Amino acid sequence: MNNDTIPLSSIRLGEKCRVKELISDGLVRRRMLDLGLIHDTVIEPLQKSPSGDPVAYLIRGAVIALRQEVASMILVETLKP
Amino acid sequence: MGLTNKSTGTRVLETELKIEKSSPNDRVIALAGNPNVGKSTVFNCLTGLNQHTGNWPGKTVANAQGKYIHRHQHFILVDIPGTYSLMANSVEEEVARDFICFGNPDATIVVVDATCLERNLNLVLQTLEITSKVIVCVNLMDEAKRKKIHINLERLQTELGVPVIGTSANKGNGLNELMDAVYDTSFKETALKPLALHYDEVIEKAISEIQSSIELSLSCEINTRWMALKLLEGDQTLIDAMGRYFNFNLSEHDELIREIKKARDFLNTHGIDLDGFRDKIVSHLVNTAEQLSRNVVSFTNDHYNARDRKIDKYLTSKKFGIPIMILLLGIIFWLTITGSNIPSEIIASGLFWFEDRLTQCFTYLGTPSWVHGLLVLGIYRTLAWVVSVMLPPMAIFFPLFTLLEDLGYLPRIAFNLDNFFKKSCACGKQALTMCMGFGCNAAGITGCRIIDSPRERLIAIITNNFVPCNGRFPILIAIITMFFTGMLAEPVNSIVSTLILTAIIIFGVFMTLFISKILSKTILKGIPSTFTLELPPYRKPQIGKIIIRSIFDRTLFVLGRAICVAAPAGCVIWLMANIKFYDISILSHCAFFIDPFAKAIGLDGYILIAFILGLPANEIVIPIIIMSYMSTGSIMEFDSLQQLRTLLISHGWTPVTALCVMLFTLMHWPCGTTCWTIKKETASLKWTVISFLVPTLAGIIICFLVANTAHILGL
Repeated sequence: MNNDTIPLSSIRLGEKCRVKELISDGLVRRRMLDLGLIHDTVIEPLQKSPSGDPVAYLIRGAVIALRQEVASMILVETLKP
Repeated sequence: MGLTNKSTGTRVLETELKIEKSSPNDRVIALAGNPNVGKSTVFNCLTGLNQHTGNWPGKTVANAQGKYIHRHQHFILVDIPGTYSLMANSVEEEVARDFICFGNPDATIVVVDATCLERNLNLVLQTLEITSKVIVCVNLMDEAKRKKIHINLERLQTELGVPVIGTSANKGNGLNELMDAVYDTSFKETALKPLALHYDEVIEKAISEIQSSIELSLSCEINTRWMALKLLEGDQTLIDAMGRYFNFNLSEHDELIREIKKARDFLNTHGIDLDGFRDKIVSHLVNTAEQLSRNVVSFTNDHYNARDRKIDKYLTSKKFGIPIMILLLGIIFWLTITGSNIPSEIIASGLFWFEDRLTQCFTYLGTPSWVHGLLVLGIYRTLAWVVSVMLPPMAIFFPLFTLLEDLGYLPRIAFNLDNFFKKSCACGKQALTMCMGFGCNAAGITGCRIIDSPRERLIAIITNNFVPCNGRFPILIAIITMFFTGMLAEPVNSIVSTLILTAIIIFGVFMTLFISKILSKTILKGIPSTFTLELPPYRKPQIGKIIIRSIFDRTLFVLGRAICVAAPAGCVIWLMANIKFYDISILSHCAFFIDPFAKAIGLDGYILIAFILGLPANEIVIPIIIMSYMSTGSIMEFDSLQQLRTLLISHGWTPVTALCVMLFTLMHWPCGTTCWTIKKETASLKWTVISFLVPTLAGIIICFLVANTAHILGL
């Protein structure tokens, strides 16, 4: 397995990636799991809001906006096209 | 902090889950589902207009109940909050879970979105863990078809083991089949055999170990396997709920506590701690949903959402996002202002024509003049004003606003504005509750339940009043027309009116952010919590349904409430204006008393009295001002705003007075209904008082600054 995981917040728009780890616990972690953010889930950043934060992501067919703080707690690995 | 998920959750259930059965044979059906899946449409289609409460479509925050009859059987449908999960991570999830679990419904319908099945199946799986009496309603089948998404409903039914019905509720398709399935399921004696989730062996072993011990200590009807799972998870909200509904106190069951501890130790030795346990449970649910949807959903077009992405590129873009938002708001205001002018005048002249006939009637019958004064000049005139000034703007504003809501634009507003709210240490969803506040602040405050963090929810509740509701719009519009644009020609005047109104609203938004920031730095200290917001697909709105719904559910609801308040208020005001001590009316005595203070903030005694007496409903503020100014002691017969303007100017109104009245309209105490709702929502007198004081103080300070700056500048 590739060890080069980076935070979701540093992924460019349109670049698909896979969830590898959630660095959060308690309620925040439960919320993330509720969104279906489990290991190997594919995420694609779709659209930035006017001020650049939050960013809308495509997660399991739903479009979810996440603030930068949350996105930086999700470690992902980019998918080679 | 006074407001915890626990305390609000309890109260919500106690006050709102009272089911009114007309006969013991009535079947109670819970209606669950993710937000934005057309749950309210299903509800409205099944129950027609037999609703129990005024329901604000799209944002089901209170439990609405409705009845319908199918095959001669009465059903009570309970609309529970839209949630993604039943894990009780928020008040709404807790309410939803508690109703499914303890509300004892005869069956539960879970509405899911055909265009986003995978995400929605999570809730279905969680519901199936609690009860087997489930009907899955796959709604928006037409949308799915349009996006070339095919769903194999038979296969889904086989895999889930419960009835699966495809519907397009907005077109009425599939509802009969749905009602048939509900009928059958609710009368089924033998339990269905729904899909059972099997976690990994270690977890299964832990579950089965405490499951038997639960069966021993608990004699009530509850799914013991699910209960075991929740106890292992350490779900305190469920333990509390058990206490509330079953009088079950875990601490009295030593044996069970020991078993739970043992099972947890067992899990720990296998490297599964509490967080790890939850991870495994949720992962299993998500993976099962993924597998199911892979088996039943097929896409013929991979870019089925391309159109939505394209629209979002503009509506939420860096360049156009916020300008388009302000423009849309402006267009709505412009249509409201220009559209309501003529109907307002027609209704007013009609109602005042009728007043003359009433007066003739009274003269003919020879009733004493005070009876005529109280009934006609007091009550009838106040009502006439409220109806003629409020009805047209509402009848235009509400459908337009519902249109934006149905299109799916409101979450985009929250998305666009979130960064401002983050900087104020508040939640982006506050933008949604503000939107609801445009209709009615009380509705906006109930809507604050969508905000998960108690701190951010309180901020949203306290600042909701900075958005003028429909009762205050007419005041703003009337004053703008009289003092700032009346002298301009058509169509310039309506455009300038719109600009001024939009500026005032933007100022209100600015104040909301500013006050939120202050609150976050003082009495509600804290950092912004995590923020997740779903941007649902854009949907084609149903124009006909929007008009019917917004007229019946919103316009008439709000107007009805205003009328109920205006009638007695009209009576009291007439008495105050006509009962005299030392030749001066009570109203004038009061006005003289507070006049110095009122003058300091750019108003006068009568205006301030009007705002104070307008506490029950802001709609009656202008009628009171007029009534107090008239020497006759009742509202004058007004044919045009121009006449009203002359009256106001003759009582010393200047453009500065007009500006201060508008600012005070934007910022003063919440109306009676809103205060009552705040008390109900926060369950705390302290926060109700703070919610009362914050906008009031802001209004007094701003008006004071404006009035005195104008004074110094010699305006």
